[in-house]
Amino acid sequence: MMRLNVRLRLFTILLVSILMSDFAVAELDIVITDGIKRRPIAIVPFGWEGQGAEVPLDVAKIISDDLSRSGRFAPIPVEDMLQKPTDGTGVDFDDWAILGVEAVVVGKVEQTGENAYNVQFQLFDVFGRDQLVGYRMPASRGTMRRVSHRTADMIYEELTGIKGVFDTKVAYVTARSQADGKLFSLTVADQDGENENVIMESRNPIMSPAWSPDSRRLAYVSFENNRSSIFVQTLRTGNRIQVSSKAGINGAPAFSPDGRQLVLTLGGVDGNPDIHVMDISSRQTRRLTTHRAIDTEGSWSPDGKYIYFTSDRSGGPQIYRVAASGGTPERITFEGSYNARPRMSPDGTRLAMVHLFQGNYRIAVMDMIDEKRRDLLVLSAGQQDESPSFAPNSDTLIYATRATKNGVLETVTADGLIRQTLAPGSGDIREPVWSPFQRF
Amino acid sequence: MPQHKLVILGLLAVLMAGCGSKDTIPDPDPSETVPGGDIGDMDDYGNDGLSSGEEIIYEPDASEMGNVVYFDYDSSELRTEDTDIVASHARQLSMNSSLSVRLEGHGDERGSREYNIGLGERRAQTVRRLLLIQGASASQVSTVSFGEERPAVEGSNEAAYSQNRRVEITYTN
Repeated sequence: MMRLNVRLRLFTILLVSILMSDFAVAELDIVITDGIKRRPIAIVPFGWEGQGAEVPLDVAKIISDDLSRSGRFAPIPVEDMLQKPTDGTGVDFDDWAILGVEAVVVGKVEQTGENAYNVQFQLFDVFGRDQLVGYRMPASRGTMRRVSHRTADMIYEELTGIKGVFDTKVAYVTARSQADGKLFSLTVADQDGENENVIMESRNPIMSPAWSPDSRRLAYVSFENNRSSIFVQTLRTGNRIQVSSKAGINGAPAFSPDGRQLVLTLGGVDGNPDIHVMDISSRQTRRLTTHRAIDTEGSWSPDGKYIYFTSDRSGGPQIYRVAASGGTPERITFEGSYNARPRMSPDGTRLAMVHLFQGNYRIAVMDMIDEKRRDLLVLSAGQQDESPSFAPNSDTLIYATRATKNGVLETVTADGLIRQTLAPGSGDIREPVWSPFQRF
Repeated sequence: MPQHKLVILGLLAVLMAGCGSKDTIPDPDPSETVPGGDIGDMDDYGNDGLSSGEEIIYEPDASEMGNVVYFDYDSSELRTEDTDIVASHARQLSMNSSLSVRLEGHGDERGSREYNIGLGERRAQTVRRLLLIQGASASQVSTVSFGEERPAVEGSNEAAYSQNRRVEITYTN
């Protein structure tokens, strides 16, 4: 009787967890852009006080697009606005309450010199009838776009409690088919896709871009001369140095949190890929793994203590970690037959990976704080999703998926609720990596 | 261009043993061969001009055999039908020490890119080992893995995948 009871309970628990997991998956599949209720907000067109009729940049539109793209806000159309004040003294809270908006942003651009401006904004809570945040910031024509994104970041953080990532960049690789073969390019763009800047182009594959923690350099793998080499390129100057070009594999670079070391994969003549750590200035390397299996895709924990990596030492690829100072690797993932390309969130709470789920390669995250909740949460819904990379706020990830025959980029919040496809450019886009927070 | 060559049986035996195939090579059974010794009923040929243990066999040129070998999903084992291709290149390399090859390992597009680099390298290393066992010298053979970055056939289906899981043998010298 006792035993029967236990069995019954076990069965019930199993059934419930199966039902729950199915439910969770089904819910994720439906979610395309509107995973949660979007909060109505008004971004009033900014005023212009300067020479000429034209404001250099439509700051309000950039803020509005940023907040809209986050999936958490629904900016109301300009034509619905009953008033268009440009500073706090003109805001009539009743006019905004009628429209149901929770918050109003007003502001203006003042010209103070030939190429000198002040961008001013104020954010108001309609129901609390109070200012939440307000700033005036200097800008030039060259910096005004970033000032606008930064404004959106401040508004976003004030309203959600999550740091905004609108003033960040994304690096990615594009392959374009041409008459005489493929052209690979490594591009850095603002996170909204503007300001695309090709930093490297090659007829041979380019792979595995990785940001330095100060976001001034990118490490990447290039197959120029038909062999793999790792380069570190300074974005501002375009100068690049070849840091590794040994026999066999030179792959999967990732910067240490202090920016002085790279974890990388070296294969050697005998082709046994292992995790190594390189001191960038001296080029000295230290081998961290020696197993004859494939050990690759190393990345650092944010505290610099561990290196997480992919290894197929158990037969198929799974995630392991090894102390950055060396030691015995410890297996981290046990769910499913394929887990690869670990990337830890900058706040250290989650580990993202490529996870084979019901025959499809998906992006999944594992809770790294609560040992009891180590179940993988599947975030994406494609067939061949890869290269997860956390935004510096740890709240959103970017990854590559496949739309028909080309790769496109998608973002998803770490809870899986808001998933968005970024407007596809031309070519086959892959390996997006989100920059750290930019210094202003 | 087809060529007939004299080949010492012992080399043939080493080739077959090196290829290590399980059950699809017809007689003589490679598990019973002794390197340097007779194979099965070769005595039956009994040509006067040849000493016992030598035979005239058809040996296509490496260039005729092709320079690509294919692999099964998640496998780096050479297929039985491709052992002759590798053997012909090994022969060419062993007979001409000025030649060298680059083995380019490739995989299909599924899964993580850098892990696929590892899989492509593993396939290239399979071919490298077989070349070395069969007489090529280490200095003649280099490997590079392109993972999924250079598919032979575009497409997200098994037909494309099976063409993309391959090692290309490219003469660099």
